Amino acid sequence: MPKDQGIGASPKRREDVRFLTGAGNYTDDINVNGQAYVHFLRADVAHATINSIDTSAAAEMPGVVKIFTGADFAEVGGIPCGWGVTDRHGNPQQEPRHPIIAHDTIRHVGEIVAAVVADTLEQARDAAEAIEFSLSDKPAVVDMAAALAEDATKVHEDLTSNLCYDWVFGNPDDDAVQAAFDSAAHVTTLELVNNRLVANPMEPRVAIGDYSRATDEYTLHTTSQNPHVIRLLMCAFVLGLPEHKVRVIAPDVGGGFGSKIFHYAEEAFCTFAAKACGRAVKWTSTRAEAFISDAHGRDHVTKIELALDGDNNFTALRTNTMANMGAYLSTFSTSVPSYLHGTLMAGNYKTPIVQVNVKTVFTNTVPVDAYRGAGRPEATFQLERVIDKAARELGADPIALRRQNFITEFPYETPVALTYDTGDYVATMDKLEQVADVAGFAARRAESEKNGKLRGFGINCYIEACGIAPSNIVGMLGARAGLYDAATVRVNATGSISVMVGAHAHGQGHETTFPQVVADMIGIDESMVDIVHGDTGRVPFGMGTYGSRSIAVCGSAMVRATEKIIAKAKKIAAHLMEASDADIELKDGQFTVAGTDKSVAWGDVCLTAYVPHNYPLEELEPGLEETAFYDPANFTYPAGAYACEVEVDPDTGKVSIERFSAADDFGNIINPMIVDGQVHGGLGQGIGQALLENAAYDEDGQLLSASFMDYAMPRADDVPFYQVDHSCQTPCTHNPLGVKGCGEAGAIGSPPAVVNAVIDALQSGGKNVTHIDMPLSPARVWAAMNG
Amino acid sequence: MYEFEFEKPSTVAEAVAALADEDAQALGGGQTLIPTLKQRLAMPSKLVSLTAIPQLKELSDNGGMLTIGGAVTHAEVAEAAAASYPALADLAGHIGDPAVRNRGTIGGSLANNDPAACYPAAALGSGATIVTNTREIPSDEYFQGLFDTALNEGEIITAVRFPVPEKANYQKFLQPASRFALVGVFVAKYAAGVRVAVTGASEEGVFRWREAEAALDASFAPDALDGLSVDAGGMIGDLHGSKEYRAHLVGVMAKRAVAAAG
Ligand SMILES: Cc1cc2nc3c(=O)[nH]c(=O)nc-3n(C[C@H](O)[C@H](O)[C@H](O)COP(=O)(O)OP(=O)(O)OC[C@H]3O[C@@H](n4cnc5c(N)ncnc54)[C@H](O)[C@@H]3O)c2cc1C
Repeated sequence: MPKDQGIGASPKRREDVRFLTGAGNYTDDINVNGQAYVHFLRADVAHATINSIDTSAAAEMPGVVKIFTGADFAEVGGIPCGWGVTDRHGNPQQEPRHPIIAHDTIRHVGEIVAAVVADTLEQARDAAEAIEFSLSDKPAVVDMAAALAEDATKVHEDLTSNLCYDWVFGNPDDDAVQAAFDSAAHVTTLELVNNRLVANPMEPRVAIGDYSRATDEYTLHTTSQNPHVIRLLMCAFVLGLPEHKVRVIAPDVGGGFGSKIFHYAEEAFCTFAAKACGRAVKWTSTRAEAFISDAHGRDHVTKIELALDGDNNFTALRTNTMANMGAYLSTFSTSVPSYLHGTLMAGNYKTPIVQVNVKTVFTNTVPVDAYRGAGRPEATFQLERVIDKAARELGADPIALRRQNFITEFPYETPVALTYDTGDYVATMDKLEQVADVAGFAARRAESEKNGKLRGFGINCYIEACGIAPSNIVGMLGARAGLYDAATVRVNATGSISVMVGAHAHGQGHETTFPQVVADMIGIDESMVDIVHGDTGRVPFGMGTYGSRSIAVCGSAMVRATEKIIAKAKKIAAHLMEASDADIELKDGQFTVAGTDKSVAWGDVCLTAYVPHNYPLEELEPGLEETAFYDPANFTYPAGAYACEVEVDPDTGKVSIERFSAADDFGNIINPMIVDGQVHGGLGQGIGQALLENAAYDEDGQLLSASFMDYAMPRADDVPFYQVDHSCQTPCTHNPLGVKGCGEAGAIGSPPAVVNAVIDALQSGGKNVTHIDMPLSPARVWAAMNG
Repeated sequence: MYEFEFEKPSTVAEAVAALADEDAQALGGGQTLIPTLKQRLAMPSKLVSLTAIPQLKELSDNGGMLTIGGAVTHAEVAEAAAASYPALADLAGHIGDPAVRNRGTIGGSLANNDPAACYPAAALGSGATIVTNTREIPSDEYFQGLFDTALNEGEIITAVRFPVPEKANYQKFLQPASRFALVGVFVAKYAAGVRVAVTGASEEGVFRWREAEAALDASFAPDALDGLSVDAGGMIGDLHGSKEYRAHLVGVMAKRAVAAAG
């Protein structure tokens, strides 16, 4: 193989040519002949009873095709939740109906209360203004603790309370856990908030529903990370349509970060309305709508306690978390604070006793669901903050304290249900100390102090579980789906290859990396291989992209399918060269017979498969196309260590990140350049959470930061040049490529490093600040310093 | 947005005539007005663009007096005033992003009088004169609270006259999301005295910090401001900073402006 190709090479992202030259095909670029436009009238109050809706005047407005209200959807299903969590008493989670359009009650600002379909968008908006409502306002339930109070107003009248579930994980024996704390030499306690975020992908959501009367088939174009999942949920649970009559297409998607995993009301609406109106129906979200209709992320409030013995060994960990579900259960919402969070609470450490307690809470806010990292950032943040606090309380070096408690033997069974197959946390920490130039910090701090700035150094370790997931295990834990993936390798007669993959690319670079693998296995030029994704009409099946699963799960399916292709091709080659299959070798696209000079080229074998004149037809079918489904044996466990160095301006509280270093172990790496990019993006998002982003509600349930005027996204000058290293590699032991996944690590590992660094800076300036809740805005840092 | 008529006159007189229609509204660079229309928060019957009126695009530097036409963009000011009034040029050069600076105008900014905008601090801090189609308004009389000015209905800012100071500097502490001023302080030293104008901070909009002016008249040095502070009571308190924080920043930014002015 040429060095610029194949596994381990860094060819430039081929998809960028079209993205950067304006040739991308995003959902909003698609226009269906005769399409009408829908404008969703959204609630501007958080909680109210709908007494009546009068659409008669609006229906007479120019261009109006049809107006829909909740009553029109009374006969169809609600949006389903994909994960059923069983609580500490063995009871199922409380699961309210999640209507497409609010029926008798409004439960959050942004909820759809009516939909106007018209010839033009402006006509739809005009008509929406003519809709008359009679509402009776109800008190808004916003604060989680208040929502759980005995006499709290209920978000859902038909549920017993605002508690979705009360869950315990790890060691459920309260007395045993308490005993470990009672006998500890030291206990560190920390209360913290994991701030609510809005994903804000560059491309807002779009949906176009289309219906063919001729064939009774529906097509939904949508901005989704997993079109097959959307088809399944929408057909089976919401609209009651046969799957084979529905095609879901998610073309180029401009970022998702989790927010485009979920099945949204607008998708089901456009599909339903297309038939009801006899026209395609298009919706393009505005940014303002996105803030109040895309699922939000995080929003946990936690108390964490860490017990240590007299030698600073961690002996027990206990957490109590409240997690906001918002007004309804979005697709993966209930899994995030439970299994995607609780299973990670051991972190990189051999703490023998871990107890995780989580209460999930309904409030009159936008539904909350997975956002880059989903549960793992929340776990890492608590753990790495409490360890840092413990180090300060004990006067221990934060790096040494971590090292002392590292898990060093693998496989390692954690007290929270996972088995880490492999890892080397000492190696990543060694590498980090080198990359971050820990030795030079004192000099850099002195330099900052000369300039009147406080400099701090913050460390963080993370482990995450990627490649979701072994279906049997997640099934036991409440997942209502299997989480394998699938790939079909279609070799054409002339040797070029299309790989239909169930993973979906929305920024990850699959169109570059997946062909690198297939081309490498066969020994042909990468330009011979393309992937096809994002279309249930072209891709047999797939569970989509989230949880850093694409290469680990779908990539494994692709490898398996390619292995089948190679096995069959070898049989054809053996026939052509009159040799035995077992003696055929494939290298650089040439089939050879061991110990002879006979060879046939890849192209000749492919042609023979499709023009089977000289072919073992009695033993072998013609053609060269294979499918594989791959269900992983375990999760994968990327891990690493991050270091952040900040300067704090003591006069204003402004934090600036001066250095950020990352040492990650992602196992084997297909394309190092793309991995760098994934880490950079994740770090940027994590820094955004740590310093800037905050989806804040007022007590009436109004989102205060509902536009970019108040919701601060990280910008280029908010982030430093990163030092990123992924040379520590312990390959995954159970998937064919030995890969682990790299998409979320940066977002998981960076927030605690930033906060730890700021606390270090403030303490170096003599301020006794032990914690500040994110985002560490100048105002909050200044208030903490002067509190 | 709702439907509206659009006119693009080439003289002030035509513009004034066009604006006489009920609910007609002037359009500068549209950087504030167009987003407002897109959100259907305003319903003008007619937009009268001021950007094709040559008189409003003029910029002159008359030995100590810089006159900037009402439709001159922030980017044009950043370039044209770089030599004559660097503090003003620097302020203009840090408004928004390049798109905003290449469309947004000084007249639009001053007419809008956003409490977190930068130009009001420069105008008030320089003792500038707001010139309209009917009169000349001293900046001390022009700013009348949040989004409120001395302008009458249909009155057009044709130019702004800035006396050029001996020294000046603008310190803008960014609101993290919008990057408008969370607190901005403009300090200018004239032979007649020092002026200090504060934007972003007060519930009343831009204001002069007279105590600081007096202290700096006595000694134009950062430590002249030691011990001085604005009352937190009248400050804005929101998601991005409490009243106390803004009051504190006024002091910090004022000192930094004095230090940077040299
Ligand atoms: C992303 C972004 C960032 C920004 N950041 C900043 C910032 O950091 N600092 C800052 O100060 N501003 C900022 N702005 C605001 C920007 O400076 C606007 O351009 C300015 O406030 C309005 O100027 P305009 O010419 O665009 O006015 P328009 O939007 O066209 O009009 C605004 C108002 O002024 C009236 N008007 C316009 N021109 C005249 C005139 N000559 N006479 C009388 N009335 C007139 C209009 O009728 C309207 O009511 C930002 C804007 C955006 C979109």
